[in-house]
Amino acid sequence: MTSFAVINSRASRIDAPDKATGRAMFIDDFTMPDMLWGALLHSPLAHARILKIDTSRAKSLPGVRAVITAKEAGLVKYGVSPARYDETMFCHDRVRYVGDEIAAVAAVDLETAMEAISLIKVEYEELPAVLTIEEAMADGAPRLHDEYPGNMCAEVHHEFGDVEKALAACDIVRTDTMQSKRQDGGFIEPQGCIADFGKRGYLTLRTATQVPHYVQRTIAMVLKLPVGKVRVIKPYVGGGFGPKAEANPMEMSACLLSMKTGKPVKMNYSREEVFLHSRARHSFTHTMTTGAKKDGTIMALKNECYLEGGAYSSFGIATVYYAGSLLGGPYKMPNMQYDGYRIYTNKPACGAQRGHGGVIARAAWEQQLDVIAEELSMDPVEFRLKNMMVAGDISCNELKMNSLGMRECIEAVRDGSGWKKKKGKLPKGKGIGMSCGFFVSGAGYSIYRSDTYHCTVTTRVSEDGGTVHVYTGSAEIGQGSDTTFAMITAETLGIPLEWVRISSGDTDFGVDLGAYSSRQTLMTGHATKEAAEDIRRQILGVLTRELKVDIAELDVKDGYVVFKHEGVDFSDLRRRYLREHRGWKDQPEGDRLTFREAARIAYLVRGSIIGKGKYKPQNLGGGHKGAAVGTSPAYGCSAQVVEASVDMDTGQITLEKMTDAHDCGFAINRTSVEGQMQGSLMMGLGEALFEEVIFDDKGRIMNSNFGEYKLPTALDMPDIEPIIVESHEPYGPYGAKEVGEGAIMPTIPAILNAVYNATGVRFWELPLTPEKVYRALKQKSRKKK
Amino acid sequence: MKTLISLIINDKEYEVAVEPNRTLSDLIRYDLGLTGTKKGCEMGECGSCTVILDGKPVNSCLVLAVQADGRYVKTVEGLETEEGLHPLQDAFIRHGAIQCGFCTSGMLLSAKNLLENNANPDETEIRRAISGNLCRCTGYQKIVEAIDSVSGRTEKMGGKS
Repeated sequence: MTSFAVINSRASRIDAPDKATGRAMFIDDFTMPDMLWGALLHSPLAHARILKIDTSRAKSLPGVRAVITAKEAGLVKYGVSPARYDETMFCHDRVRYVGDEIAAVAAVDLETAMEAISLIKVEYEELPAVLTIEEAMADGAPRLHDEYPGNMCAEVHHEFGDVEKALAACDIVRTDTMQSKRQDGGFIEPQGCIADFGKRGYLTLRTATQVPHYVQRTIAMVLKLPVGKVRVIKPYVGGGFGPKAEANPMEMSACLLSMKTGKPVKMNYSREEVFLHSRARHSFTHTMTTGAKKDGTIMALKNECYLEGGAYSSFGIATVYYAGSLLGGPYKMPNMQYDGYRIYTNKPACGAQRGHGGVIARAAWEQQLDVIAEELSMDPVEFRLKNMMVAGDISCNELKMNSLGMRECIEAVRDGSGWKKKKGKLPKGKGIGMSCGFFVSGAGYSIYRSDTYHCTVTTRVSEDGGTVHVYTGSAEIGQGSDTTFAMITAETLGIPLEWVRISSGDTDFGVDLGAYSSRQTLMTGHATKEAAEDIRRQILGVLTRELKVDIAELDVKDGYVVFKHEGVDFSDLRRRYLREHRGWKDQPEGDRLTFREAARIAYLVRGSIIGKGKYKPQNLGGGHKGAAVGTSPAYGCSAQVVEASVDMDTGQITLEKMTDAHDCGFAINRTSVEGQMQGSLMMGLGEALFEEVIFDDKGRIMNSNFGEYKLPTALDMPDIEPIIVESHEPYGPYGAKEVGEGAIMPTIPAILNAVYNATGVRFWELPLTPEKVYRALKQKSRKKK
Repeated sequence: MKTLISLIINDKEYEVAVEPNRTLSDLIRYDLGLTGTKKGCEMGECGSCTVILDGKPVNSCLVLAVQADGRYVKTVEGLETEEGLHPLQDAFIRHGAIQCGFCTSGMLLSAKNLLENNANPDETEIRRAISGNLCRCTGYQKIVEAIDSVSGRTEKMGGKS
């Protein structure tokens, strides 16, 4: 067993002291001299033709510096996936949802900007709106985008093996339909930004984003600037969870307003605008047919899914693929068919959210698997263990599990929850349920087709030798990536964590695709490790020449150079170091050569010591169309057991305990891994029990605030026991892979299975509000009578 | 028409002219530059802007600046003393109770208020005390553990709000 000095520990996060004292700077904490404030005009209608936009009164309001519409912004199409660039910065001919952006204003203060917005007069011709999948797909339905007949944003048809043949040979075949509702990202910090177009034509955008790199490219494309003239800086970000993983119209507006006025422009979304912009979880309707043998062997799955997508594509092309591909594992299953349809509606666009595309698919299927296990009189745990993939297996849709601690996860939650003592032995109203899941550890391909590295890291040793500074474009959004990369750097170089600084989230520091698809620990972790190894090689290389020892004789540990054999005379190096630091108080002493001395000498010999790291995934399998969505260098997996209590008179569900085991390959920071697990479970709990974005019949959101859109509070959360499983991923840095999203996968179905165990009722529609549960319980007791 | 108000924030006296509709949160953040207090919803629902006003935690987005005239305010910037970090700050750091950090300031102040009124809260009391502070990252558990680790040590915490 290798022992580590820094990684695999519970080191405190390096950003925590600043965050605990209010020093950490988030986007709205920045101001700039002579800064203007911007505001956006949103459509009040779900679907309408724009007949005329009159900005004259807004422009003449004292204090207004610029008003921009599509006329000024142009009509460059953008989006997330180049295959579906279906947005423009502002609407010019039509608005497609309540919230669609029409104009923006920059003024001396926010009040003036908002007043100017209210003075812009838009004449509309209202068009019939489609607010549901059924309305959008009906014959003769109004079309949102002329290029997409039937409001079909994207469809996917996959078949692996022969599903019909396999189902015909099964002993048990079940079909169920499950429906979920739209969820909001619910990050506590609304998006905000400050754009500053300098006098030399360079644009700097500070923004609360998960993906500085993609924002840089989109801004450059839409505003027709060279990419090299656009710099995107991400300050500390107050949570993202997916919806902040793409460029938004506010960022583009702030940039253009700054270009027009020559002044910095600050803009924020209100909480209502966060809901309007959305880009959060789709509403999914899955119909699944699963076939199994009498002995419990899963043979085939037919999965049909309709995604209610909203007015634009956003991440939806990936979402519709994920809703199929993420059922390829973690069970051995030779036959799988998937038909997915993402439908445009006159509502805010849905996009990516934690567990992208796979969460409801997982919920539907894992509940159905429980039903099948029950019909076969099999214990749900045994049923899953029987079908489990093992490391080295490749799913029917070509997902290769190079490491897979799935069995260990199941056994851990089974034993950790006391499953055997509880299952089938709990009183009425109390229930226990379990589920499994897995997720990608980074998308195997960049969003735009490219041979680009997915990340580059530059690490620089200060010329005094005392500090190692990591520069990366990766995005710390609360998940702890800065700490992870600092720990990897310290471990790789053999120095204390305190000697490592990190600057991240800036496109000036190189390419990094950002924080999405649970990619950073594995991908940026690789590049970080490579950069540190480069530095180590350079410094030790100088030592070998200066001291005439073989590099194999040298190592660095705890900040000291370690010689394999005694008797190496480094007194000359020390003399040289001391000579340059006369009068300093912290001189190296003792009989060990410090890393600081070695690094200083290396600088004197070679100039600045700069290490470079880069990463892109190995060649990943999957020849079929859409294989890029789902293939990953590695997969994290998890199992959960939920204990629930249901008030049989009111339908109120209380979760009493959640036991969660996650295989993260190798935990760089054990506390951070647990934090991701606990946070994932909370988001799943919210979606299962009460989160739902509600619309009226005009397409307006009825609960665009945290009073009426219910996020879980501390009182809603049960005790969560997190169990870390480490399978040592061969393609991960130090064996590490994801934890940020995989952990949410089993949560909803484990809750559904526990609620069934408590009540005897299966629920196929989320969320499980007390009203819904109460009605179902009442209906059940009526049937009994 | 601006009104002149004076108030004490973190033991420092301020005299400022404010518009009648200026909120306490905007006064603290934008006029006085104490940006540790966050704004997440501006409707008193998320708790990010929690400060302690005359010994009681309030959503500062729901308090007008003029209402704070002549009163004492404690913000996150006032938790640290010359002796170092407040024990709650230290506990939040050590227990991994901070992820994105956006709710942290408000959480710390709600927790501080709890422990000042109830030195040995049980888990439910801790959860209730922070139930007005939304966190989307942590699942609350490490926050609860951090607060619990400090409970019973209130007498050592010193300071007034």
